[in-house]
Amino acid sequence: MKRIATVSLAGCFGCHMSLLDIDERIIDLMKLVEFDRTPLNDLKSFTRRCDIGLIEGSCCNEENVATLREFRRQCDTLVGVGQCAIMGGLPVMRNAIMHSDDPLLECLEEAYLNSRLVYNPTNDMPNDPALPLLLDKVYICSQVVKIDYVIPGCPPSGDLLWSVLTALINGTPITTPPGGVKYD
Amino acid sequence: MSRHHESSGQEDSAARISFTIDGETCAAIAGQTIMEAADGAGVYIPRLCDEEGLDPQGSCRVCTVKVNGRPVASCVHPVGAGDVVENDTAEIRGWRRDLVRMLFHEGNHLCPICEASGRCELQAMGHRFETFEADLFPYLQPVRPVDASHPDIMLDTNRCIRCGRCIRASRDLDGKHVFGYVGRGINKRVGVNGIDLSHTDIDLDDMAAALETCPVGCIIRKRLGFFSPIGRRLFDMTPPGTAIQKRKGNSK
Repeated sequence: MKRIATVSLAGCFGCHMSLLDIDERIIDLMKLVEFDRTPLNDLKSFTRRCDIGLIEGSCCNEENVATLREFRRQCDTLVGVGQCAIMGGLPVMRNAIMHSDDPLLECLEEAYLNSRLVYNPTNDMPNDPALPLLLDKVYICSQVVKIDYVIPGCPPSGDLLWSVLTALINGTPITTPPGGVKYD
Repeated sequence: MSRHHESSGQEDSAARISFTIDGETCAAIAGQTIMEAADGAGVYIPRLCDEEGLDPQGSCRVCTVKVNGRPVASCVHPVGAGDVVENDTAEIRGWRRDLVRMLFHEGNHLCPICEASGRCELQAMGHRFETFEADLFPYLQPVRPVDASHPDIMLDTNRCIRCGRCIRASRDLDGKHVFGYVGRGINKRVGVNGIDLSHTDIDLDDMAAALETCPVGCIIRKRLGFFSPIGRRLFDMTPPGTAIQKRKGNSK
């Protein structure tokens, strides 16, 4: 039986929700695979080596990078799921302000102090030592570790996830449902 | 060069020739390009920088086909009698896929946040040539300006693929020369004829600002974003080439 691990880095969990969109086929999936580390069963660390790792989201803080590297060490095949994992998605919009002298500071000030929509009378910015440090810019998964396959979409449909996953599990060629690949 | 995909087969005086695409015999008129002849025969050749009504430019190379074993851009290559054209083969699909992917990697093409999503030809080509292999190329993530100076039209050059369709539409159809190429090589970009868009002659009635001219979300008409819901957008219903492939039944 194949083992699968999943994680959401800088993502919105939409791709995990889409995985649940395979509906009752999840019973067939449970006959084929066992889930190791994944938010779906709340396991926070690997119990043993896995065959397939599904990565949602890109890397925006140091914890994302550490998690992604851990997945690369523990999984035989890494699959980037969704546009965030493939090309950065919405978080990578932060990289568009790299023209600034201090882009990260400008980003935080816009988010917590300067935006007209912010109500922040104490002028505090999140600064708890428990928070992982933000990276200078958003790094796409393939800039950090080697990614083997990608499943595009925002999110990929349940049908697409099902057909790609079963192909990877069974070692058969990937066939997609007609019109199944969408970038949004 | 005259450009009328529709007019093929109308003139009696023109010399009729025949050639084959992927083993299928098609009729053409001498002097037509391969793409014009294929369009007339109802065979769709994918394309980005070419649009019906504009002079072909041959810059995107997505329309590359093999003619008698040699790769050429079908939008500018004249069809010859007895030519053997390969269009939809695994090898050529691979070339087209890599060309399209390089365009995605070269600019900032964030489909989930782009208002052209669903009517974007680059995105439609991405869907058509999809692959599940991981990235071959690095993302360049350029930082390019947004020009929102004009009251009705906006330019987001992060999404420009330099197809030059706006340049040709403005020059040949509008007679205004609003857009033009600036720079060379990787630095080549589309510039405007003025300090910004509000200092040019462009207005909403221009073909250069028409929705179908810009294949991506670079030239944007303000107050029009996301005008059709997901699932009912142009390419959700009719992906590029649908109209051309429909001609196939009619011509026989």
